[in-house]
Amino acid sequence: MTRPRPRTHESESETRNPTGGGATAMRLIVPLQGVVQGRGGLILGSLIPCALFYFFQLYLKRHRSPKPGSNPTSPSQSSSNLSDLQRSSSRSNLSSRGSIGPVQVSSRASSIAKPNDSPYYIGLDRVSEDPYDRLDNPNGIIQLGLSENRLCFDLIEKWLSENTKDSVMGRDGGDLSISGIAPYQPSDGLMEFKVAMAGFMSQVMGRAVSFDPSQMVLTAGATPALEILCFCLADPGNAFLVPAPYYPGFDRDMRWRTGVELIPVHCRSTDNFIISITALDQAFNQTRKRGIKVRGILISNPSNPVGNLLPRETLHNLLDFAREKNIHIVSDEIFAGSMYGSEEFVSMAEILDMEDIDKNRIHIVYGLSKDLALPGFRVGVIYSFNESVLIAAKKLTRFSSISAPTQRLLISMVSDMRFIQEYIETNKKRIREMHDLFVEGLKQLGIKCAQSCAGLYCWADMSGLISSYSEKGELELWDKLLNIAKINVTPGSACHCIEPGWFRCCFTTLSQEDVVIVIERIRKVAETCKISS
Amino acid sequence: MRHLSTKATCNSHGQDSSYFLGWEEYEKNPYDEVQNPKGIIQMGLAENQLSFDLLESWLEKNPEPAGFKRDGKSIFRELALFQDYHGLPAFKKALVEFMAEIRGNRVSFDPNHMVLTAGATSANETLMFCLAEPGEAFLLPTPYYPGFDRDLKWRTEVEIVPIHCTSSNDFQITETALEAAYHEAQQRNLRVKGVLVTNPSNPLGTTLSRSELNLLISFITTKGIHLISDEIYSGTVFSSPGFVSVMEVLKDRNCDKTEVWDRVHIVYSLSKDLGLPGFRVGAIYSNDDVVVATATKMSSFGLVSSQTQYLLSALLSDKKFTKNYISENQKRLKKRQNMLVMGLERAGISCLKSNAGLFCWVNMRHLLRSDTFEAEMELWKKIVYDVRLNISPGSSCHCTEPGWFRVCFANMTEETLDLAIKRLKDFVVEHTANGHSKSNNSSKNSKRKFLLKWVLRLSSRDRDQEPDER
Repeated sequence: MTRPRPRTHESESETRNPTGGGATAMRLIVPLQGVVQGRGGLILGSLIPCALFYFFQLYLKRHRSPKPGSNPTSPSQSSSNLSDLQRSSSRSNLSSRGSIGPVQVSSRASSIAKPNDSPYYIGLDRVSEDPYDRLDNPNGIIQLGLSENRLCFDLIEKWLSENTKDSVMGRDGGDLSISGIAPYQPSDGLMEFKVAMAGFMSQVMGRAVSFDPSQMVLTAGATPALEILCFCLADPGNAFLVPAPYYPGFDRDMRWRTGVELIPVHCRSTDNFIISITALDQAFNQTRKRGIKVRGILISNPSNPVGNLLPRETLHNLLDFAREKNIHIVSDEIFAGSMYGSEEFVSMAEILDMEDIDKNRIHIVYGLSKDLALPGFRVGVIYSFNESVLIAAKKLTRFSSISAPTQRLLISMVSDMRFIQEYIETNKKRIREMHDLFVEGLKQLGIKCAQSCAGLYCWADMSGLISSYSEKGELELWDKLLNIAKINVTPGSACHCIEPGWFRCCFTTLSQEDVVIVIERIRKVAETCKISS
Repeated sequence: MRHLSTKATCNSHGQDSSYFLGWEEYEKNPYDEVQNPKGIIQMGLAENQLSFDLLESWLEKNPEPAGFKRDGKSIFRELALFQDYHGLPAFKKALVEFMAEIRGNRVSFDPNHMVLTAGATSANETLMFCLAEPGEAFLLPTPYYPGFDRDLKWRTEVEIVPIHCTSSNDFQITETALEAAYHEAQQRNLRVKGVLVTNPSNPLGTTLSRSELNLLISFITTKGIHLISDEIYSGTVFSSPGFVSVMEVLKDRNCDKTEVWDRVHIVYSLSKDLGLPGFRVGAIYSNDDVVVATATKMSSFGLVSSQTQYLLSALLSDKKFTKNYISENQKRLKKRQNMLVMGLERAGISCLKSNAGLFCWVNMRHLLRSDTFEAEMELWKKIVYDVRLNISPGSSCHCTEPGWFRVCFANMTEETLDLAIKRLKDFVVEHTANGHSKSNNSSKNSKRKFLLKWVLRLSSRDRDQEPDER
């Protein structure tokens, strides 16, 4: 949970505002409910706990306000000086100190500043320290932990060489002029870019649905898009249900600064990791029992890390569930254009088109980081049917706007329908080729992958290679793969997968030769695992 | 109903309706030299449009960066994939050197202490998240940029407590005012985490004096709090006394290795100095490793496009260009400011003596019907609707004295500025001729009705378009 933790060496949380105090009280009341509900009778059950609570509140109130006219060096202030003295020794131990950090920064900062201990991030760091290069560093770590698509840059470069000069600078009365891109623009994106993105999204999703630019808010990447939606839909302490396994980045994007909690809803390999409504219902009820309000469901479709699609029926069921519980659905469709199978992608928007129901609870997140392979350019989309959400989100884009020259460049590119069509088809073909090559290679090693038809990765079942069928066993294998085989893959536990042994392997950053090398390296480790088991 | 969050539904965050009403009116009836010569002239937008030609000529002579090329080779792939929140090293290096150059190279900056963000708006919010808990407070001298009420408070839940400055000493920060603000925060049960100043000041257009900076540093040292110095206008200082950065004063006081060194943070951006607000380039500079580490990670929510980073790294690395740009830009700003000041003087209106910024802090107190904010609003409405100039009223900047207005001069052509001055002059002449300073009852009543109507209209209107600028 990301509530700010009380500092341990000063008079704790009284310095918070009254709402904060109320929340502290709530945490007391809930456990006391048990007493009130039946075990203690009237006096013991209600009066005494209530009296205790009352006196506790009084105690908090008394100790919250500093004495009037306090001298700057009086005890209530010197505590910060104390921390100054402590700081010089604590700083070097910052990473190991956990929640006890220097007072100088907020507690939310302290927790964020700590190095991330998820294998997802550790792996990424290790690769940047020792990256594989066919010529310069053939023994380096090969990156399979980053869902990046490097297969179609040649197409974009060709487009650029034929189109750039005009598109970067805004054309102003025929002359290339910087006044088209330099001044302030609407923080939620240029209307022309929204129009272009609406057309692009529609094209990329097979023209099954059309998008209205006026229902769009553009952000600097899908990362802030998700965070902004979170700020709009939930208060600190509320929760979202997330089918697991899920993208490790959600834990950061949705929770860090928002104070919102993510509740994983476990999916099974027997269902090919498609969410079941029963599991969702269970998770909803359990969360409610804990006194936490569920605000919505966050789905990724196509799924990351599994790479499958949510079937129509599931989408309908999710909609029914959301309606019944009166919650939102956020559908992260960022891989919609990275399809390589024969199945048809169905967007939430398409389901809504068919049903004539209230659409205010549906919000779609999209971006150009995967489908157009432009993560560096920072282009994200919030697409919502809810006027109030759009208004609030628009205001919040002031903190995450897309750079104007980038918008100008991309307006031309994504509006070029002929080019986009060629790109989509070629991309599909190349991802499929890489996928087939990689999955076949794994198959030769006896490693099966989950059924998938989208995304830039496959979800591989390496449970046969782990010594103990547990998270520990899985992480041991991950470590072997990272340090011995020297490949970085993402272990299922980092994605909150409940079944040990699954690994996400991204293959679109590789060349065909690289795939051969990767398979070979895995084979060596696989053999040692089989010998030892 | 599926409820939205409290943050999404609570109205405004110090969003002063007058500030945005002026914008709306401008959008409905924007001045255009040819198409709409009687339209409203935008003087509420602090944008620097005076030196675009310098940028354009550089771009023309250096087509490679815009074309994703370096030394003839395409680096598109690298840029397209570059989303490292540590930022493009070449860009950070060029940016810190640019910042040092603006400060006459009297201080130097380390690129590893810089965090890039999508604009200074994002930088300020991120610093709040890093330095303060919900419910804690920062002290800000008034008048201040109206956008702070949103940027610093909204999602962070941090409070702003004003440090009241008055015209009696040209709105300088005094020790009494600092202590009073600190005390007020305590009365309101708010723990003060730091002070945030804009230097050069928006809306005053003045640089902080050395004594003010020393005062601030002593204050934060005693109280054990932070100091954020928003220096986004540092490159717009066009006359004496020059710009003194807080870093300089810290250095002079030999604070380098002391505690307070880590509690001073700078915010910067290229929106004002280079006139590129659309590019969304901002930066946090801090000597505190934890702040840098945290802010770096938080910048994921507002990274600068790699295309933009690369383009600007090439631009700012061209030292010949930056040297020429800085001095030429300042010259042009000085000329413009002088034009406005002289023009206003001829209309009998004085300004606060300023040496920086893209605006003047104009004194129209003598034109007020009474020394009240109501009268200021009346005057402001007249200026927007009758004189057809969109200027920013002091109340929107939390100024304690009615009658001050911020008037921008760098976002239009000289001819337009001339016209604006003329319109204002005519208005003043008419205004004093009709003895409006002491109006009679009937006009008071009609004014009241007028005000009432506007208040009602304001509360029912849904603001779509919001200005982002300062």
